[in-house]
Amino acid sequence: MKYVDEFRQKDLARKLAADIRREADTGRQYNFMEFCGGHTHAIFRYGVQDLMPRNLRFVHGPGCPVCVLPIPRIDMAIELAERHGAILCTYGDLMRVPASKKNSLIKAKAAGADIRMIYSTQDALRIARENPEREVVFFAIGFETTTPPTAVAIKQAAAEGLANFSVFCNHVLTPAAIQHILQSPEVRDLGQVSIDGFLGPSHVSSIIGSEPYEFFAEEFQKPVVIAGFEPLDVMQSTLMLIRQVNEGRFEVENEYTRVVTPEGNEVAKDLMAEVFELRRAFEWRGLGDVPYSALKITDAYAQWDAEKRFVVTKSTGTDVKGCECPAILRGVKKPTDCKLFGTVCTPDNPQGSCMVSSEGSCAAYWSYGRFRIDRVKETAA
Amino acid sequence: MSKMEKRFPTRISFRRGQVDMTHGSGGRAMAQLIEELFVRHFDNDLLRQGNDQALFTPPPGRLVMSTDGHVVSPLFFPGGDIGSLSVHGTINDVAMSGARPLYLSAGFILEEGFPLADLERIVSSMAAAARAAGVPVVTGDTKVVERGKGDGVFITTTGVGVVADGLEISGTNARPGDAILVSGTIGDHGVAIMSSRENLEFETAIRSDSAALHGLVADMVAAVPEIRSLRDPTRGGLAATLNEIAHQSQVGMRLSEDDIPLRAEVDAACELLGLDPLYVANEGKLVAICPADKAGPLLAAMRANPLGREAAIIGEVVEDDMGFVTMETGFGGTRIVDWLAGEQLPRIC
Amino acid sequence: MCLAIPAEVVAITEDRQTATVSLEGVRKDVSLALLSEVTEGDFVLVHVGYALNRISPEEARRTLALMAELEAASS
Repeated sequence: MKYVDEFRQKDLARKLAADIRREADTGRQYNFMEFCGGHTHAIFRYGVQDLMPRNLRFVHGPGCPVCVLPIPRIDMAIELAERHGAILCTYGDLMRVPASKKNSLIKAKAAGADIRMIYSTQDALRIARENPEREVVFFAIGFETTTPPTAVAIKQAAAEGLANFSVFCNHVLTPAAIQHILQSPEVRDLGQVSIDGFLGPSHVSSIIGSEPYEFFAEEFQKPVVIAGFEPLDVMQSTLMLIRQVNEGRFEVENEYTRVVTPEGNEVAKDLMAEVFELRRAFEWRGLGDVPYSALKITDAYAQWDAEKRFVVTKSTGTDVKGCECPAILRGVKKPTDCKLFGTVCTPDNPQGSCMVSSEGSCAAYWSYGRFRIDRVKETAA
Repeated sequence: MSKMEKRFPTRISFRRGQVDMTHGSGGRAMAQLIEELFVRHFDNDLLRQGNDQALFTPPPGRLVMSTDGHVVSPLFFPGGDIGSLSVHGTINDVAMSGARPLYLSAGFILEEGFPLADLERIVSSMAAAARAAGVPVVTGDTKVVERGKGDGVFITTTGVGVVADGLEISGTNARPGDAILVSGTIGDHGVAIMSSRENLEFETAIRSDSAALHGLVADMVAAVPEIRSLRDPTRGGLAATLNEIAHQSQVGMRLSEDDIPLRAEVDAACELLGLDPLYVANEGKLVAICPADKAGPLLAAMRANPLGREAAIIGEVVEDDMGFVTMETGFGGTRIVDWLAGEQLPRIC
Repeated sequence: MCLAIPAEVVAITEDRQTATVSLEGVRKDVSLALLSEVTEGDFVLVHVGYALNRISPEEARRTLALMAELEAASS
């Protein structure tokens, strides 16, 4: 077994689709928030929603760390490369995200800033070793899946005494984000977004385990099913959520048992705890300031903290006027509700992060499902 | 040949030499480079005449001309190099009109300091590709730019060909009901290039599919002269090509993911890098659109040719004034296959 | 940020810091800094150049069986 194709089989998909249709109560609506950007991508890429009954909607949550990175942080990264002459190492996903003044990493690179796309934090370390006379900064983003690799790099830099390497840390935490959404006025009081359950992120959970989700299930009385990454996983998990809702249960279930355990990855968790600590608050694009939702580097490793090594301007960049990314990230609006979608804002000319990131709702709608919207508009007219 | 040899006191050392500004200045050094490198390798009567142009009488039929600039990096990769690519690429562009390619021209912009050993390797490869294809390089040009102003070498090739009567092949001709075919596996070239780029560091046996397709095209138009469109899916991959044609013909397309030929290893490499094979470049494949009732014979003709062994019917043209290219996924749902936005960067998310 | 691919471990370095994984013949080196135990032949999840977790074959089989389960069995 290779663990990929087996979880994409068409016949099983058809069978699960039939199960879902049969068990979904036609008298009610099911809104399930899928938190992980990878799930958003899978749902659109494989056309999973085509197989769902009409009364089941996936609400796309802020599980895309590129999408939730606020503009000021990108501005700071660009400044590190432009004004401080550092070699800025970044994952590919960030290259085209719009910053202030219509700038972006890829535009800054075209204008001469030394910005390099890397695949792994190991590459950043290598660049630092190969360029001892230059400052090398790694632009760290991501949820708990991507945080341990940064921790490894920082520890390695410390062990090697790699003096020219530092990390600009923007790691964020999943449970805090979920909690913030559930406590937001739209959800709690206004009932604008009713979320009946969560598809828990696959790989974040492989690190933090399934235990951290117990709290939400209890406190907010919403079921959580930790779902694997492949389309069949998404469907099986959706079925499990439907069953919980129908039976009035709100438990944490794990569909992705082949990778996720209750405790998660202890080695990774220990490393993160050693190198990082909680920030009191951190701004999330679309969610505003979210308490205890992000990480900074501990004092023990301050030497490798780019924010301590460099003095960087605190920019006050804001979203483009009319951009509905903030509302879309909270699940309050759909991409089609945004006036800029498909008119000014397209993948070639993105105005906000939801369109740039391949996992962003707007990008997914555009690439994979635009025609459906147009068809619906036509039949509605 | 010996008279010409005496014009230059010493032979160029290709092993140790480098391109310098004199090679582009129009003087003796340039003449020697042309003589000992280009003419020696390309080796044909028209080129040997030594004029600034090639004079020939075109055979009967309509003339086709096409040009392509080549800036690929790295210059050498598994399955080819910038030289063979530049020959195949232009031959293919000419052939996609249904034409028989006749001649090529080659313009070189060389960067000062570029190793002559590499230049010879590239030119030798071009000559071999041209010879194998039966399409000689009959005229050319050389310029040299200062160090730092060029990426080693840029090559522009232009090709001319002739189209037989009775063929009307164009991106504007696709009609609802037509069949869409592809000549083989997609994504090979792009993945081969990526595997040679340092920072991605993965090993694979995948080689570029760079090839001259005019022989395949000749077989195809002989079997089915009613072919509507032909195009080779280079930059932007299959997705870009199909969207172009859909746009030109103002139609939609419906594809079947399961039917698109794809090597398991290319699929795996794309997964690893976060790329979609539909957007990855090909250099030895073509897309063909033909009337539905001719799909069978066309497929047979393609499969009978070594460059079309894995040809397949991958979808059909449909009525759609929005011009959407959609695809039924292997999973049973439907998705749009859109134009590429910006450049496809390896995805981590 | 969760793109992680299952790949087979085909070689492990002496110091157990790096493994070569293979996905349909495409080979890549990944760091084992986040994995305590791994052997050749194991399948691991690869994310940004690191092996994150081992994939359990038994659980995978069980999940697939669950998906294929007939309605009668669950009621």
